[in-house]
Amino acid sequence: MYPAKFDYVRATDVSDALAKIGSDEDAKFIAGGHSLVPLMKFRLATPSLLVDIGRIGELSYVKDEGDYIAIGALTRHHDVQHSEILQSHLPILSHVAGLVGDPQVRHRGTIGGSVAHGDGASDLPAVLLALDATMVARSGEGQREIQAKSFFKGFLETDLRPDEILTEIRVAKGVKGWSFQKFNRRAQDWAIVGVAAVSNGSTKVAFVNMGSSPLRSVGCEEALRDGASITEAAERAVDGIEPPSDLNATSEFRVHLAKVLTRRALEEI
Amino acid sequence: MPVEFRKDAVLSILGNKVLRLEDPKLLTVGGTYVGDLWLESMVHVSYVTSTVAHARIIGVDLEAAASMPGVVAIYSSKDVELSPMASMFRDKPAMNRPFLAKDRVRFVGEPVAMVLATSQEAAIDAAEMVLVEYDPLPVVVDPERALDADVVLYDEVGSNIVTSFGEAGDETIFGSCDVVVSLKIINQRLAPAPLEVRSAMATVDKYGRLLFYASTQTPHAVKTLLAKVLKLDPTQVHVITPDVGGGFGAKATQYPEEILVAWAALKLGRPVRWVETRSENMVGLGHGRAQVQNLTLGALADGTIQAYRVDVIQDSGAYPSIGAFLPILTKTMASGVYDIPKIEFRSTSVVTNTTPIVSYRGAGRPEATEAIERIIDVLARKLDMDPVEVRRINLISKDRFPYDTGTGATYDVGDYEGALDMLMEYSNYAELRREQKERLETSSKQVLGVGVSVYVEITNPFPNSEFGGVELTKDGGLSIRSGTSPHGQGHRTAWSMVASEIFGIPLEKIQVITGDTDVVPHGVGTFGSRSLQLGGAAVHEASVRAFEMAREVAAEMLEASPSDIVPTPDGDGLNVVGVPTSKVTYAEIYERSIAIGKKVTHELDFSETNSTFPFGAHLAVVEVDIETGKVELKRFVAVDDAGRIVAPLLAEGQVHGGIAQGVAQALLEEFSYDQRGNPQTGNLSDYTFISAMELPSFEVSHQETPTHLNPLGAKGIGESGTIGSTPAVHNAVLDALAPFGLIHIDMPLTPQKIWSALSR
Repeated sequence: MYPAKFDYVRATDVSDALAKIGSDEDAKFIAGGHSLVPLMKFRLATPSLLVDIGRIGELSYVKDEGDYIAIGALTRHHDVQHSEILQSHLPILSHVAGLVGDPQVRHRGTIGGSVAHGDGASDLPAVLLALDATMVARSGEGQREIQAKSFFKGFLETDLRPDEILTEIRVAKGVKGWSFQKFNRRAQDWAIVGVAAVSNGSTKVAFVNMGSSPLRSVGCEEALRDGASITEAAERAVDGIEPPSDLNATSEFRVHLAKVLTRRALEEI
Repeated sequence: MPVEFRKDAVLSILGNKVLRLEDPKLLTVGGTYVGDLWLESMVHVSYVTSTVAHARIIGVDLEAAASMPGVVAIYSSKDVELSPMASMFRDKPAMNRPFLAKDRVRFVGEPVAMVLATSQEAAIDAAEMVLVEYDPLPVVVDPERALDADVVLYDEVGSNIVTSFGEAGDETIFGSCDVVVSLKIINQRLAPAPLEVRSAMATVDKYGRLLFYASTQTPHAVKTLLAKVLKLDPTQVHVITPDVGGGFGAKATQYPEEILVAWAALKLGRPVRWVETRSENMVGLGHGRAQVQNLTLGALADGTIQAYRVDVIQDSGAYPSIGAFLPILTKTMASGVYDIPKIEFRSTSVVTNTTPIVSYRGAGRPEATEAIERIIDVLARKLDMDPVEVRRINLISKDRFPYDTGTGATYDVGDYEGALDMLMEYSNYAELRREQKERLETSSKQVLGVGVSVYVEITNPFPNSEFGGVELTKDGGLSIRSGTSPHGQGHRTAWSMVASEIFGIPLEKIQVITGDTDVVPHGVGTFGSRSLQLGGAAVHEASVRAFEMAREVAAEMLEASPSDIVPTPDGDGLNVVGVPTSKVTYAEIYERSIAIGKKVTHELDFSETNSTFPFGAHLAVVEVDIETGKVELKRFVAVDDAGRIVAPLLAEGQVHGGIAQGVAQALLEEFSYDQRGNPQTGNLSDYTFISAMELPSFEVSHQETPTHLNPLGAKGIGESGTIGSTPAVHNAVLDALAPFGLIHIDMPLTPQKIWSALSR
């Protein structure tokens, strides 16, 4: 399929991007395009204007800010994967960025694009949810910070307002252990189920593709806080979660996979 | 037939790893495909296709679309005066496929209207505005249910049966058996998914003839069909295949969407081009496989096979095409490499509300090999014997060739035990079994499985001929013409090697022309692993004869006997044997030959009296995660015997690609429909074809048992990998799962299916 007709403008910097996105009610930002363009080709998304923010250099960086690492929203997956700062302080992010799609996708796709798209089947949002990341958004009214837990709202829905642009992702240092279990049939596929687990004081577990948005495993985290064994905690991992069924897995199989993968993640941490 | 090679040559180019001559262009500037062609005032096509699997067409409203910007013309079935495309089943004319659906649609993706516009985007946008009103009919997608007459696709026929042959049901054939095992196998529907989708371009050339660019495996068949359908004299049709990006058998069939491109170009008097989208390709290009098999195998207590029954239901899709006929090859190859005294084969082909089934890499033979190689493992399990041992005691021994099977084949030459011995050695089979046992004893969640298949297949399955022409050129090079139609195989490299072998002329001074019906007078094409043994042999034979002519001219020029004339070491010409200074160049020979009216050129059609039967033995090692059901292919060892290997690099490429596709059938691929006939795997995100990431490095070896049926001693190698690998992997997975009491799981062996089976 071909996308429906749309206009295209390129933003030079963040203020320019905000001005341009405000000029059209049905405008959408585009960065790497690897989430949005497929939707447009299926005509599931029909923006009238694309504001290309892909070349705003000021939003592509990884910085050590002392207590936390700041990642510019337009940092490509390839750069997240190969960032020395991330590899030494948050290796889970580098590792998972290296699992996204294939090399071509990783050279185009951006971490901010993946986060702003809010797809429950994407790996990076779940990892950032487990890491209790902070999203920084800017609009004409100024800047605000949004915690990952309240950022991901539902199916392809985030807390970002149409007049806002995601500029930065902040992740606290201090991760002691981590594991990412991606279960798929082919290397380049979306996860059928993915589990991100990190320990930074306490243990946090988040799921990929277990619901319409990335989800934290409340059951598992509670069990661990209550002193449960890994096996017991993994058994409770899916409490209150009803994953979808699709061609690759029934809901029942996803529940099973989530428990097995959670156990493996906790064992690996 | 005596094998003629350059007797003077110290080193032969044949059998050497010659790099593909095609690649520098393909890897730098890229190929030139139909989609790269452009003509002034060209019109683009988009088809409106059916969104429902089975319905009466109440009406097709073209009005809104016709007023869209850029639209040149829109046609529905009432505008197309052409008779439906005749299928090979002449007793079922009602099943002939209309160019555009008329009155009724029978599968999702069937073209209903043709939109022509000044750009592809305009054509697609206009196609969206065509309103087709459907009155839905009940749908049948399951070929077994199609046997019932609940839902009938063709009222005039009254049932869904296209054709059937053979008998099955004589219970006495198993009378002498100590043990009888049965197995039902679904050999699932696959999408060929070539990298280049279907495409065609048509125009009227400066001579007023139809010039048609086709993405096909069979350009001369396209020419014949165009002339017939459009009622043109064949001299008025010129077909060219530019680069073709894969076909896998599915482009050996002609499709209505292609023919209509030529029809529209003549009607409009403007060039017309059609390049389908990937989504259209997934449902518009024919699919492959799609058999339901009920198998019974009987043996003595020592494992000696006594009788075998194969009962097949072939899904033909909505319009019967070559796929409905392919069970004939499943029958031919039913008994595989084994000496089976009694064999029964029955097949029934039915129509369903799905994409038509055509040939796909292996085309009827992978289905036969999968059947016998799976059930022999089931037999081994039942007898508590090693599956390799059961195979070994039933193999046709090498002193029994030519061997007549019970299903009508005459195998030319074979050494199945030799291939199996090599496989056992290279794979270190005993060690694999030891490691497997060790894993089980440690209660590992990652269990090992080892699977073997010993296969034989049929290449050049419907023996016919192929054209080859060789001509000395003015500059002392060669011009080769061949009726084969490469779409990735590397014929330019292989045919150049074959001719260079005779003339000594270096590869860079040889041109190969294929896929142009004006230059190549006739030809059959490239499918069924036929090209080297027929097309390559034709080039060889023509080279031998043309070389004799060159020698005669040179002999006259050098005042020597033709038998004393040999190629110069640099391949620049010919000299008297042992007298390097007594030499003429090929350019001089050309000049002289023209002057005396004895042009150095020969063309012929080469045919074989029978098909050839390549064979081999494959072994797969898999690791199955019994908690998640995920299979990882750890090793793949292949020993293939396709007779004499002419171009090892090309042969190896064929084996690698074939194995990859065969593994994909076992583990990943299935084109599926929901109960209403909606495709569920209509794009490359849902249709999980395989990538290098899912595969280990293959361990590939060759045994060479030359055939006597052609002067090269070569058999086909294009499909062997696909044929041998699927059951090896399938057996390996079930071997891993055997300790859990599992006997069979249908392909593809997805984590979901394996987990479900283990949970039962």
